[in-house]
Amino acid sequence: MAAAEKQPVTITGAGPFNGVMSGLLTWIDQRFPLMENWRSHLAEYYAPKNFNFWYYFGSLALFVLVIQIVTGIFLTMNYKPDAAQAFASVEYIMREVPWGWWIRYMHSTGASFFFICVYLHMFRGLLYGSYRKPRELLWIFGMLIFLCLMAEAFFGYLLPWGQMSYWGAQVIVNLFGAIPVIGPDLAIWIRGDYVVSDATLNRFFAFHVIAVPLVLLALVVAHILALHEVGSNNPDGVEIENAKDPRTGRPLDGIPFHPYYTVKDSFGVAVFLIVFSIVVFFMPEGGGYFLEQNNFIPADPLKTPPHIAPVWYFTPYYSILRATTDKFVYWALAPAVVALAALIAWSAKTSAVRAAVGVAAAVLLLGFFTLDAKVWGVVLMGVSVMIFFFMPWLDRSPVKSIRYKGPITKVAIALFVVAFVVLGYLGTQAVTAASTLTAQIGAGVYFLFFFLMPWYSRLDKCKPEPERVTGK
Amino acid sequence: MQARAGKGHRQMKTLVLFLALSAPLACAAQESVRLDSAPIDPRDVASLQAGARTFVNYCLNCHSAGMMRYHRLLELGLTEQQIKDNLMFTADKIGDLMNVAMTSKDAKAWLGTAPPDLSVVARARGPDWLYTYLRSFYRDPESPTGWNNMVFDRVAMPQVLWTLSGQQVQVERKFRNLEQAEAAGRQQKNAWKIDELTAEQAGQDGERFILKTITTETPGSLSQIDYDILVRDLVNFMTWMAEPNQLARKQTGYVVMLALLVLLVLAYLLYKEFWKDVH
Repeated sequence: MAAAEKQPVTITGAGPFNGVMSGLLTWIDQRFPLMENWRSHLAEYYAPKNFNFWYYFGSLALFVLVIQIVTGIFLTMNYKPDAAQAFASVEYIMREVPWGWWIRYMHSTGASFFFICVYLHMFRGLLYGSYRKPRELLWIFGMLIFLCLMAEAFFGYLLPWGQMSYWGAQVIVNLFGAIPVIGPDLAIWIRGDYVVSDATLNRFFAFHVIAVPLVLLALVVAHILALHEVGSNNPDGVEIENAKDPRTGRPLDGIPFHPYYTVKDSFGVAVFLIVFSIVVFFMPEGGGYFLEQNNFIPADPLKTPPHIAPVWYFTPYYSILRATTDKFVYWALAPAVVALAALIAWSAKTSAVRAAVGVAAAVLLLGFFTLDAKVWGVVLMGVSVMIFFFMPWLDRSPVKSIRYKGPITKVAIALFVVAFVVLGYLGTQAVTAASTLTAQIGAGVYFLFFFLMPWYSRLDKCKPEPERVTGK
Repeated sequence: MQARAGKGHRQMKTLVLFLALSAPLACAAQESVRLDSAPIDPRDVASLQAGARTFVNYCLNCHSAGMMRYHRLLELGLTEQQIKDNLMFTADKIGDLMNVAMTSKDAKAWLGTAPPDLSVVARARGPDWLYTYLRSFYRDPESPTGWNNMVFDRVAMPQVLWTLSGQQVQVERKFRNLEQAEAAGRQQKNAWKIDELTAEQAGQDGERFILKTITTETPGSLSQIDYDILVRDLVNFMTWMAEPNQLARKQTGYVVMLALLVLLVLAYLLYKEFWKDVH
């Protein structure tokens, strides 16, 4: 649209500067789609009116992202990505930079709270079927954000250059070394050295402060654009687009995001800030879960700590890695693959699918009995994260929301949550025979939740969805 | 939230809670030295000053505190002159870092291992560990330094406070069952641990549980109570030194909480006001 064709912007209501402001906004709007974006993304973006508690965590995750970027910029001003100086430079920030301790604790606490918000945000999607058509791509962008976040956390965790930073990075990079054929060279390529060293610290710093954040920000924009294209889901899982006011064309159950959800989310931010500040000011170590004790010992390549555990947000997957022993591969994984292949073959409509499944299962079985269990541990750990990408196609339920799903799904989600929490807890602890068995059972439940979903979600006795959203 | 979905949700929540609580029971904790709780108080300035004195006299010869500057001791109510006269032995300027002259290369040659920097050791080990460790040295003829420690077996560091603490030896008592051994352990003023033998090792009498404690053989210049107080002050100082901003952090926290509570009320009222017309 040519600039001159646009209507001038007028600010309604009383105010001493309205004339000047209207003029300024008009000037900008004739050169930039300011009002158009304001309307389509805020003032006239209609969101369902029945969002509940779970719907705070999307905006809160965005809020934490801002905290991390701003505090990160200030940390970068004083941090030294140098193996000889990194540890001391963090203490320099803690002791001598004015308010440095506050900036640093916000950043370290923010990392954990980012994952808390994102996990609760994902769980919301799981409860209300927010990944279902037409929101598959929205979900995939979200999952890519989650992957970026994991990478960001992993690279950032090396930077304080404490014992846990160092050996945590060592363990994770060595996982890539388990890949057959290319593994060892790949691990050296990632580290830039034969061990985690100054070269590794330097490149992880580059990834942490610029490469990953750039991708992360782009994905957040894509996530929000996709959301505003398909519209928000809600706790009832019914589309508000289906019931529109015939005169205005607006959804009857929708309310403009601004001001309704901007004020509601502001309240959410206030609650969040209180919880966040309690940690930052009164328990910044988070009981050893947010800042680990061992990380106050400078990195020492010659002293391996007796107990290496990743930070809590990685521990469910780490538990799955550790649970994958030879016996687990032979007695649980192999039969499970055979059973799943049989199930797929039985459900498949074409013989081509059956043949493909048979070949895939045979290849996997061959692998189980030839490759080291460590390789399969790495594979299972990867699958445990990647499987979320497939949620839109695994869930075959006729309804979206847990409110109308049947008892099987409810029990499945409950078991999954328990398995996730138990695996997470076990991942922080040293291995015992009992804990390995518990983790193996947990891993089994974790994977069955996903791999059996196409069947149980269809079998489940669902209640009919309402025509329009219910409640408030 | 809604009554309609209520029942199923409650059942699910109960199930989640029950399973989550029952799982950790499957893996019980293992036995090790019981750490005494360090009776420290970072607001006790007299104790911190006493701890600083012990620290520079006894620790800061082999160990550095290289991320700590002398001038931060001003925060303990000391004057610049007091610090220079009483606490700075090798440094010239009050702004200097608490370093030591010994290089880590020399330290390795002389002591077998370089003594770690102590700036943040209280955050790595925790005050309880330090408090118990510094009170758990005992004479061990098999060790190169002649000393060993209940908390840190075969530690390279000798008991440098021995003129104050006196010399302790380890005492073993055998018990038939764990409960008796633990009950006897709890009577101890110092650290204790229980080693468990296999049935063959225990032999005929079946006394499988060995309670290990330490007892004073030669008294030092301080009574046990005074020595405990000295260690308490030292650990108090080291805990303060590990995060000198900790008091400011908490004080700031109270102000921030107050401001956030005001923000919370305002945000809530704004939310309710805007949402009045949403039905």
